[in-house]
Amino acid sequence: MSALSLLSSGEREHETFILNVGPQHPATHGVLRLKLTMDGEYITRAEPVCGYIHRMHEKMGENRTWAQFLPNTGRIDYLAAMAYGHAYVAAVERAAGIVVPARAEYIRVITSELNRISSHLVWFGAFLLDLGGFTPLLYAFDDREKILDLLEALTGSRLTYCYYRFGGVCNDVDDDFIRGTREFVAGMRPRMKMYRELVTDNIILRKRLIGIGHISAEMCRKYGATGPVIRGSGVAYDVRKNEPYSVYRDFDFDVPVFPEGDCMARYLVRMEEMVQSLRIVEQALDKLPGGPALTAGVPRVLKPAVGDYCFAVEAARGRFLVRIVSDGKEIPYRVRLRTPSFSNLSLFEEASQGMMLPDALALLGSLDLVIPDIDR
Amino acid sequence: MISSLQELADQFSKLIPQDAPLPETPAAAGASCAHGGVASQASTNPVQMVDYAIKGWHLDVRARPDQVVAAAALLDENGFATDAVTGVDWIAEGEMEVVYDYFHPANSWRVFVRARVPRSKPEIPTISQVYPGANWHERETHEFFGIVFLGHPNLTPLLLPEDADYHPLRKDFKA
Repeated sequence: MSALSLLSSGEREHETFILNVGPQHPATHGVLRLKLTMDGEYITRAEPVCGYIHRMHEKMGENRTWAQFLPNTGRIDYLAAMAYGHAYVAAVERAAGIVVPARAEYIRVITSELNRISSHLVWFGAFLLDLGGFTPLLYAFDDREKILDLLEALTGSRLTYCYYRFGGVCNDVDDDFIRGTREFVAGMRPRMKMYRELVTDNIILRKRLIGIGHISAEMCRKYGATGPVIRGSGVAYDVRKNEPYSVYRDFDFDVPVFPEGDCMARYLVRMEEMVQSLRIVEQALDKLPGGPALTAGVPRVLKPAVGDYCFAVEAARGRFLVRIVSDGKEIPYRVRLRTPSFSNLSLFEEASQGMMLPDALALLGSLDLVIPDIDR
Repeated sequence: MISSLQELADQFSKLIPQDAPLPETPAAAGASCAHGGVASQASTNPVQMVDYAIKGWHLDVRARPDQVVAAAALLDENGFATDAVTGVDWIAEGEMEVVYDYFHPANSWRVFVRARVPRSKPEIPTISQVYPGANWHERETHEFFGIVFLGHPNLTPLLLPEDADYHPLRKDFKA
C-alpha cells in the first residue's frame, strides 16, 4: 500500500502520538512541561504539567513574621516583582491600618510602572525569539538594562526587588534617579516608534500572529484570565481603572483594548501598554510630592487586626490578588497568592485544541507566562 | 442581569434563606465573627455587604457546602469571572473553609463566597462545570488541604509530586 493511499484510507486518520515539550524547552520560558496529543501537526489535546518549580510560598508565609515574608513577594513573578510587593504591603497596611504618605505612593507607582515596562520588554524579546526573530531581543534587553540600572541604584536589586515597606518605601528617590528616569522616558519613546516600524509592521510577524490563537472574552471570564489576555479579547478590564488603588486616580492614561482576541491583539496590547506606562511615569515625576517616603513609627513586629483582607493589583501579567488571614498574631494565619499566569495558562488546553504546533507555541508565547508565578 | 450589588445581595438572600440558619457549632460562629465583616451580624445574616476600603471586596456570602454550585451559577449568569478558589484550615474548630473569589470584569464588583466543611470529612461539590477555570484551583486546594471536590473530572496533584500523600497547608502538617 502506498503512503498516499494509507493517508486517504482513513486508517491513519485518528492515529495520534504524544509529544512532550519541556520541562526544559526554550519555548516554554521556564520549567513548564506540555503533554501534547498530536494528530500529525495538529494538537488534539494539550495538557500543561506544572509544579517543577513549586516552592510553597503560601506555607512559608505561615512560618515567618509579616515583614519577613516581604522578600518572598519578589520571587513569585521575578520579571514584575514590584507589583507583587505592592499588593502584599497594601494588604497588610489595610489590615493594620497603616497610612502611607503620598510621596511613597507616587514612588511605588513610578517603580511599578518602570518594572512593567522592563517585564514587557523581556516578553517582547522572548516572544520574538519564539517566532524566529533573534535581533529584537538584543534591542529590548538594551532598553531594559537602563531600567534595571535605575532600579538597582534605588532598591539595591536588579530583579528580585524587596523595596516596599509597610508604610512606604525603604529608600527615598534622589535627583539622580529622577534625572535618569526622565532621560529614559525621553529616550524610550523613539525606541517604541522604531519597534513599531521594524517589528510590528513586519509582514512575517503579522502572518504569524493575525488570526492565530483566538481567545474569546467569554473564555477569559470562565477561566479568570486577566491582564493583556482579557484586554486582547476586547474587555477593558484593568485593576488600575476598575479597582483604583494607590494613586492611579491621579494620572491620565488609557487602557489599550483590542477586540480581535488573537495573538496579534495581545501583542498590540502590551506594546501600547508600555507607551501608557511611560505616560504614567512622566506624570508621576511631574507631580511627585514632598514629604517622607516612609511612615514613622510602624512597629517592627506587626500584629494586624483579626480578620481577612485582600488587595488586588494590576501586575504585568494581569490581576494579582493577595488574601491574608490574620489571627492577631505576629505571624500570618494564611497568605493566599492568586497569580495571573496560573489562570492565564489554565485556558491553554481549551484554546489550543486543533491548532498547529508552531501556532500553539505562538499562543503560548502570547500568554506571557512566568513559570514561578504559576508554581509559586 | 443585575444592575446593582444590592440586587445581587437580594438574589443571594433568596438562594441562602436567612430563616434556615447555617448549621454551626458555637466555636465556628465565634470564629466567623473574628474574620467576618460585621461581627454582630455575622452569625445571623449569611449575605453581607462589606466596606471595600476596609476589606477589599464588596459582598460576603457564607453558604452551606451544597449551595456553592448554585452560588457559582448565579454569579455566572450575572457576568462574574472566577478569581480563585482556596481554603483555610481552622484546626481549632475542626473545620476547613473553602473560599471562592469572584470579580466582575465590567462593574468592578468583588464577591466572596465561603463554605465550611468538617475536617473529618472535607467534601464539597465542584464548581468546575460552571467555571472551567476553577478546575485547576480546586486541584490545588485538594492537594494543599485534602479537600475533596465531588464530581471533579481530574482531582490529581497539580503542583505537588504525583505521589504526594500529604497536604502541606493543613495546620498540623510538619515538614
